[in-house]
Amino acid sequence: MSAANPAGRPCITTMSLSTDQVRWVAHLARLELSEAELTALTRDLAAIVEYVNQLQSVNTEGIEPLAHAVELANVFRADEPAPSLPVDAALANAPQRKDDFYAVPAVLD
Amino acid sequence: MIECTASELLHLLATGATTAEAVTQTFLQSIRDRDPRIGAFLFVDEAKALDQARAVDAKRRRGEPLGPLAGIPIAVKDVLCTAGMRTTCGSKILQNFIPPYDATVITKLKQADAVLLGKTNMDEFAMGSSCENSAFQVTHNPWDTNRIPGGSSGGSAAAVASCQAPLALGSDTGGSIRLPASLCGIVGLKPSYGRVSRFGLVAYGSSLDQIGPFAHDVHGAALLFEAIAGHDPRDSTSVQQPPPRILPKLDEPVQPLTIGVPREYFGDGLDAEVAQAVRAALKVYADLGAIINDVSLPHTRYAVATYYLVATAEASSNLARYDGVQYGHRAAAFGDLVDMYCKSRGEGFGKEVKRRIMLGTYALSSGYIDAYYLKALKVRRLIKNDFDKAFTQYDVIVGPTSPTPAFKIGEKVDDPLAMYLSDIYTISANLAGLPGISIPCGFTKCNLPIGLQILAAPLAEEKLLRVARMFEKETDWHTRRPKM
Repeated sequence: MSAANPAGRPCITTMSLSTDQVRWVAHLARLELSEAELTALTRDLAAIVEYVNQLQSVNTEGIEPLAHAVELANVFRADEPAPSLPVDAALANAPQRKDDFYAVPAVLD
Repeated sequence: MIECTASELLHLLATGATTAEAVTQTFLQSIRDRDPRIGAFLFVDEAKALDQARAVDAKRRRGEPLGPLAGIPIAVKDVLCTAGMRTTCGSKILQNFIPPYDATVITKLKQADAVLLGKTNMDEFAMGSSCENSAFQVTHNPWDTNRIPGGSSGGSAAAVASCQAPLALGSDTGGSIRLPASLCGIVGLKPSYGRVSRFGLVAYGSSLDQIGPFAHDVHGAALLFEAIAGHDPRDSTSVQQPPPRILPKLDEPVQPLTIGVPREYFGDGLDAEVAQAVRAALKVYADLGAIINDVSLPHTRYAVATYYLVATAEASSNLARYDGVQYGHRAAAFGDLVDMYCKSRGEGFGKEVKRRIMLGTYALSSGYIDAYYLKALKVRRLIKNDFDKAFTQYDVIVGPTSPTPAFKIGEKVDDPLAMYLSDIYTISANLAGLPGISIPCGFTKCNLPIGLQILAAPLAEEKLLRVARMFEKETDWHTRRPKM
């Protein structure tokens, strides 16, 4: 038991988030961060993760996750074609356009 | 005229005392006079607004049927897609984005003959409680311009509170309508999840987001809510149940009325003046014959933690689309495709957005998803169960909207957790899909507004609004306007 965890409940991790872990998450999130941002985010995220760790002490045995407040069943409609966005409208905000396509760097080597 | 409620304006228009064009001109002038001090609007289209207003006047002259919002100017949070009109979500990454389509609620506003004044400022991608996270400007609270208006729909709330628009639309994912309504002294309604179509609402947390109205009074909120609610085949999360026709019954009190007051909402962190105003408001209900009891919502203390895992996880997925490919900012220089994504996103997103994307990505990542995201979803069910149980005994749940009145600009920007705790009373309603409203119920000694939050069971907007109206009839907080 410790001052931070007086009830002695199981902790998921007692190690703070490391900069390497944060760098990995940034890679997953496709976010380029400066070194200064990385440092600041590591500090911020460590504090937030410590705060959300309190959920570990909640007894959720036998409880189903609730992903949606209103538990609707899947909604289907008939597969009937209808007018949709014209190509020019859809491409109007394209950072780079080539013919009827969005132009991007090569996807495959 | 700028201090008029929407229903007062509708009356003036119906009797011919004024025209839609004159009303729009008046509010456009108010924006010119006041917005330099407030910063509510990101974009105002004067010409288009006047065109819409003149079209409504022409319809009226020709004796054609008019929509329920005919001639009423409305401010719209910049998170809603407006065809041909820039929609930025308060972000550099969408700085030049012009949607090719209208959100369903915008289509409905047009069908109701409303006049669209412009787009309002917000925390970037709706992530924030103070309106300080916009990439473009800070919005100031009209009651004290050194203070925040609340967020993330701060611009819409400030626009109505400072009489630049009689009605506005916002969005609420963790309290982003109710909190700014409370801090700005106006009415803000978050409908039940699924009541209002999210088609064209730029997504933050898809299981939490709802669009809702701001107004000076409950009638205005009900009027705008009725105009935008309803099932939409383009939003598969919108409920089939038709929305209630509330306006004809709005003044009917709910009798008998049982009110549950969560004891967990009156603990540490609640400002004494706010607590006092809320207790005084409960006495008003008691004097009307309401039965008021303590109720326990035992999982309240886990709500903020639950939200900041669920919402951020959903956000990390929703914001993955901003990659510089189809729209939005693309970096000028980059190596390969992945580098293009990383640089575009790194350059385009603000600090808070990055924080939340990172947190959500972490919560969903392999090795952590069970302990964080799935755990949070289980606690979410426990939070919802608390409310389901309370609503078997109580018509509504009442408490403060915000733990404090409006704080100073800059006061909490460096402390994300302190900022997150602003949402402590509002956040559970989003997790549980409940409708919730904030109505003005007093002022602090420094003349800062205090809001009363009322929550009801899912799809019970009619009861919710009638209960809110009961309080409004006995008080005059909603008639106050800031001196500007």
